[in-house]
Amino acid sequence: MASNINTKNISDTKLTVKEYKTDAHNDWCPGCGDFGILNAIHQAMAELQLAPWRVVTCSGVGCSSKTPHFVNTYGIHTLHGRVLPFALGAKMANPELQVLAVGGDGDGYGIGAGHFVHAGRRNVDIAYLVFNNEVYGLTKGQASPTLKRGEQPKSLPSPNTSDGVNPLAMALSSGFTFIARTYAFAGAHLKNMIIQAMEHKGMALVDILQPCPTYNNLHDKQYFSTPIEIDGQKQQRWFDIAEQGYDGVVKDPNNAEEVNQKRSQAFEMAYHPGPRIPVGVLYKIDVPVYYDRFSENAPILKEHTPASLPVADAKGLATTDLSEAYSHLAV
Amino acid sequence: MATGTQEKSKVQVNDFSWMIGGPQGTGVDSSATLFAKACIVAGLWIFGKREYHSNIKGDHSYFQIRVSDHEVKSHLDPVHLLTTYEDSTAQIHAHEVIPGGAIIYDPTVTHPENLKLNKDVTLVPLDYAAVLRQCAEEIGQPFSKLVIMKNTVSVAASFALLGLGMPEIEEGLKTIFTGKKEKLIPLNVTAAKIAHEAISKEIIDKFPYKLKPIKGTPKRLVLTGNQAVALGKLKAGCRFQTYYPITPASDESVYLEGMPEYGMLVMQCEDEIASVLQAISGAIMGARSSTSTSGPGFSLMAEGLGWAGMNEVPVVVVNYQRGGPATGLPTRHEQADLFFSIHFAHGEFPRIVLTPGDHSEYFYDAFESFNIADQFQTPVILLCDKNIGNNTQSIPMFDESKLIINRGKIATDADIKKLDGGNGSFKRFSLDTKNGVSTRSLPGQKGGIYWMSGDEHSEVGHIDESSALRQVMHAKRMKKLEAAAKEIPSEMKFALHGDKNADITLVSWGSPKGPILDALPTLQKAGINVNFLQVRMAWPFPSDEVTAILNKAKTVVGIEMNFTGQMCDLIRRETGIEIKNRILKWNGRPISETEIVDGVTDVIKNKKQRVELTGGL
Repeated sequence: MASNINTKNISDTKLTVKEYKTDAHNDWCPGCGDFGILNAIHQAMAELQLAPWRVVTCSGVGCSSKTPHFVNTYGIHTLHGRVLPFALGAKMANPELQVLAVGGDGDGYGIGAGHFVHAGRRNVDIAYLVFNNEVYGLTKGQASPTLKRGEQPKSLPSPNTSDGVNPLAMALSSGFTFIARTYAFAGAHLKNMIIQAMEHKGMALVDILQPCPTYNNLHDKQYFSTPIEIDGQKQQRWFDIAEQGYDGVVKDPNNAEEVNQKRSQAFEMAYHPGPRIPVGVLYKIDVPVYYDRFSENAPILKEHTPASLPVADAKGLATTDLSEAYSHLAV
Repeated sequence: MATGTQEKSKVQVNDFSWMIGGPQGTGVDSSATLFAKACIVAGLWIFGKREYHSNIKGDHSYFQIRVSDHEVKSHLDPVHLLTTYEDSTAQIHAHEVIPGGAIIYDPTVTHPENLKLNKDVTLVPLDYAAVLRQCAEEIGQPFSKLVIMKNTVSVAASFALLGLGMPEIEEGLKTIFTGKKEKLIPLNVTAAKIAHEAISKEIIDKFPYKLKPIKGTPKRLVLTGNQAVALGKLKAGCRFQTYYPITPASDESVYLEGMPEYGMLVMQCEDEIASVLQAISGAIMGARSSTSTSGPGFSLMAEGLGWAGMNEVPVVVVNYQRGGPATGLPTRHEQADLFFSIHFAHGEFPRIVLTPGDHSEYFYDAFESFNIADQFQTPVILLCDKNIGNNTQSIPMFDESKLIINRGKIATDADIKKLDGGNGSFKRFSLDTKNGVSTRSLPGQKGGIYWMSGDEHSEVGHIDESSALRQVMHAKRMKKLEAAAKEIPSEMKFALHGDKNADITLVSWGSPKGPILDALPTLQKAGINVNFLQVRMAWPFPSDEVTAILNKAKTVVGIEMNFTGQMCDLIRRETGIEIKNRILKWNGRPISETEIVDGVTDVIKNKKQRVELTGGL
């Protein structure tokens, strides 16, 4: 089937992390969480041995949306808030490609929030990584949709007046079929979440908490890495929910009771009261992907993709036979 | 040509204008479809004009069908026969029936003394309930189940007056009730027969308009402009279509959705921004991709199309113009998006704007727009409108023998090996090009990796704000516009209809083509020696060709469906030629042949410079 084509490197020579890097000029601030995520993307791709030319990396606009230029795959750096329509269009027109979408929290949960909701409904087979640092870095640190009400990073002239959205709960209610959170400098955990998201067959969100060293002094690297004292014990700020026995994976998608139970626990986890921050896979379910829903009605799209369907002969003559359509119109 | 006036005794054959109306959702469209198909079965040609409110049920709508012995592309103002099955249509339209014409009305609801009637209009009472009750008795079915057949009754009664018989109606019914609905045919035939016989011979003899079947008329297509564009897209190999519901465009996408066997993936998106971007992305992947919309949606697409221009993406967007601005007249006709279409989005980038003018051109231009997009790797706008988009016409079958697909410069694997120099980055935006078009690779191609960015970018697509790069990269993109102006064949750019040496040249674009062509013979007969310059490509503007033609004319008259005369202004800007005579209309109702004749006469004989047309309800 068209949507099951292998996007992996099948040659004998193993691709190394280096081969997923580019020499494009990187202008992120020193200490930016983007570096941690970029490294993890390179590592995840190498671990999956993805054939770089079979991957499309899309992004919106913002600091993090420069990422495609630093990844050696086909890269599409688009418009502010519009990463998902591009990613969806790419995957629908050629489901034989692996499509990775990246962007910031302002890009994805603010100006692009409408697309976010509808991407969830459709379950297109895409991994979407959101670099969530609570500020609009490239425009000098205005509040992003995830910044909580009353918070005032140093770039804001007064405390934030809007409530922050909960991206995990938003993804859950929109129908994302893989929802995870991790942290930009969580190393192996981050890489692991990206791999799982890319391997998941469906719409996957990885919300990645990320320090902005220039504008967000509230949730900087120190905030995330300094242990906090809870009940007299020093504990790491973020904790892996899997280690505490949390299992977000729906085993039987047809079991309504199980689905409801898994959704409820994911919702509860999304609203974890803190001060510790849960990371890991909150929810995962396997349901038919969007392309397969279409090809059910159009079997020819199981053999071909919209991008590969032959439409002309060797001389260029258009070969689509319209006689069936004409038969309903001709008198 | 029909001009409306006519001697009582004289019979006018195969030159006829019919109207049916009623509240939306009560079967106006069904009646009109049956009437049209039955006429076509009889070898005649039709043009059907559909007027409706932005409403689901209840508001007044009407369908006007012109019937002729040759291909007709417009409606006439005079109505020769108005067929009604409820009172409101009679009230609203009675005065449009010209002397000698007739009104079919239901005497149980309409009282002729309340109607504004011209003199010598024949009143034809038709008791629908009585016809259907008789039908119910004959076939042994409850009356309540048959009420819906008033559509068939109205058409059969009209045919009786027109002298057309049952065979055409039966054949017409067969073209409508197909598949599972086939079993409804005998029922409808029975109702039609009763209605056909209900009209007295005396009245039939008095009615001077007749339709006579023409034998041997070849098979024709009966379709809307929406359908013509859809078929052109399919033929062109477009296999990825996106849309967001909007009148009068979504009929095209819904029609395509109903034909999954062609393998076109039609995606209903969350808004027009997503629609255009998904289409753009599909085009990058190598699928011929398109979206269709109307003004409000097209406005939302502007930013995305600027990105496509910046990244040299071959995408086709159809804008079915409707009355604007804002929501405007959502179900009505206008041509006021010309300037917007050649200027949408910030910054400069090449875009190509085609302005097809009839159903056939909708098909051929939809096909060709993908070739042009691929050839110049930039957005192509097919600037259509509601008048052709939603209206039905019988047209000759399309000639597919010359439809060649040209995908432009797409790299083969061998090209890539040759072009990338072995360094792994493909120069997708290579500056080494004569006409500005660089070879593109398609994602999935080994060795073809490149990047795209809305930021100014280098030959491989990485962000590059340097003044030196900007200087040449922007010029490379803009060069494609010059190339398009040179390389697109002249028959795609304009057409000069009628006598090449005429004193007077009418200038228009888009759907006024129909009424203008239909009006030319009448104008010639009236001693107005006129030809018609149809601008078929608005951008890049065919300045040289238009200048040559207009310089030959003694008098030039612009005709457009907008307030300002946008094409006239564009011509002035691009050629320096000022067109002072303008026939303009902006009330949302398309221009009729009658209005063209009257308007041009007003300009030429009465020396009126600005004629404002107001026809249509």
